Amino acid sequence: MQVNVERGKCISCFGCVSVCPVMALEEKERFPECDQKKCTGCSVCVKFCPAGALKLEGKR
Amino acid sequence: MKDLVKSEYDVIVVGCGPAGTSTAKECAKRGLSVLALDRNLEIGTPVRCGEGLSSNSVKTLKLDLPQSAIAQTIKGAVVYAPNGRRIKLSFKGTDGYVLERKMFDKWLAMEASRAGATVIAKSNVYDVIMENGKACGVKANIVGEDMTIKSKIVVAADGVESVIARKAGLRSAKNPMFVDSGFQYEMAGIDLENPHMIILYFGAKIAPRGYIWIFPKGKDAANVGIGIGGMLGGVNTAKKYLDAWIKTMPGLMKGSIIEVNGGCIPVGNFMKSMVSDGCLGVGDSVNQVNPIHGGGIAESIKASRIAADVLAKAVKSGNVSAAGLEEYNKRWWEERGDSLKNVEKVREMFEKMSDEEMNDLAEVLSGEDLVDLAHGKNFAKLAKIYAKYKMKGIKRKIGL
Repeated sequence: MQVNVERGKCISCFGCVSVCPVMALEEKERFPECDQKKCTGCSVCVKFCPAGALKLEGKR
Repeated sequence: MKDLVKSEYDVIVVGCGPAGTSTAKECAKRGLSVLALDRNLEIGTPVRCGEGLSSNSVKTLKLDLPQSAIAQTIKGAVVYAPNGRRIKLSFKGTDGYVLERKMFDKWLAMEASRAGATVIAKSNVYDVIMENGKACGVKANIVGEDMTIKSKIVVAADGVESVIARKAGLRSAKNPMFVDSGFQYEMAGIDLENPHMIILYFGAKIAPRGYIWIFPKGKDAANVGIGIGGMLGGVNTAKKYLDAWIKTMPGLMKGSIIEVNGGCIPVGNFMKSMVSDGCLGVGDSVNQVNPIHGGGIAESIKASRIAADVLAKAVKSGNVSAAGLEEYNKRWWEERGDSLKNVEKVREMFEKMSDEEMNDLAEVLSGEDLVDLAHGKNFAKLAKIYAKYKMKGIKRKIGL
């Protein structure tokens, strides 16, 4: 699973990092980046994102 | 600038928001050697805050705020119920400030530095050194140069992400049910009802499980923001709600957006333990936030002073295990936790209310009561009001 960050929408608040239960999201160069290997596809970050910048892609 | 940094400290503080720099300052004052690191290029940025701070907090904490850190003085608040009913709160205890966080945070960093702590920006801590389950230092990139730095204790003041606290085994991720999703514009060239009053708007349609705020930063400028329940986003994001509401406000529509920010606001779920072996958490990283208004500045500074007392003792005695730091939990719960827990209960009550119920409450509530509610005070009186409010609901249902 992979969470894609639409940088045009992202406000770099890192709320997604805060709510990710498995620490799959980390700050890289001022934007969140998702580690495919860790992501479980739970979509908590997508639901949380105040700017609607995240999209879940890939199959479980 | 590796040369400014020693290879070992008593305390390494990760994160230089108010929690971090206050802890650094207080520890340095108590004779500890302190290094405080912040990942950002500039301490104080980016802002993720409505920037409000009450006069009461400034007084209790004995903060000698510099003029540069004050954007606007505030005399009170206006609260709009879902039906538009207006409650004015303007009396002793509702005055305060809207800060310029960029200046406020820098001032706190200067204070920490003056007290003897070393504070360094653009220093990303990417790992915590763990030995036998105990945190004993960090790996960091200090202004472009990698360094391993040892410490007796690592203080996790890295904000709501709490990556450091999690890496040190102090906590797990935030429970998404206990966080709000916030989005804010700093606007200029707008019309304000009163530039010295903060304004809050409630209603499930405009801000589900939360509210919209206007915090003036000048006669025609303000932070205009929204906080909504954290798991309501996805399609209807905090931004969407805020944009939709602003569209209905001609006084705001004529203005400009001079800053965009947002983030995750912890609203409860206070932690029984905020320490682990060699690590202690302060501020948003361990949910030290008022769960009704979402303010964390005063809470983190209060906690930092408790933390510094305990850290100084622990370093002196040589016992920096979770047991050695336990007094921090005990004192924080006595001084802050128990009353914040009450505020959390009030919050839970609010969350369950429909707009109609909230309108009922607005009718029976005075401004003073509202302030008591937000601080978990005067529960006996509030119980009476609650009864009155329930009565209103019953009368409404039976058509009286």
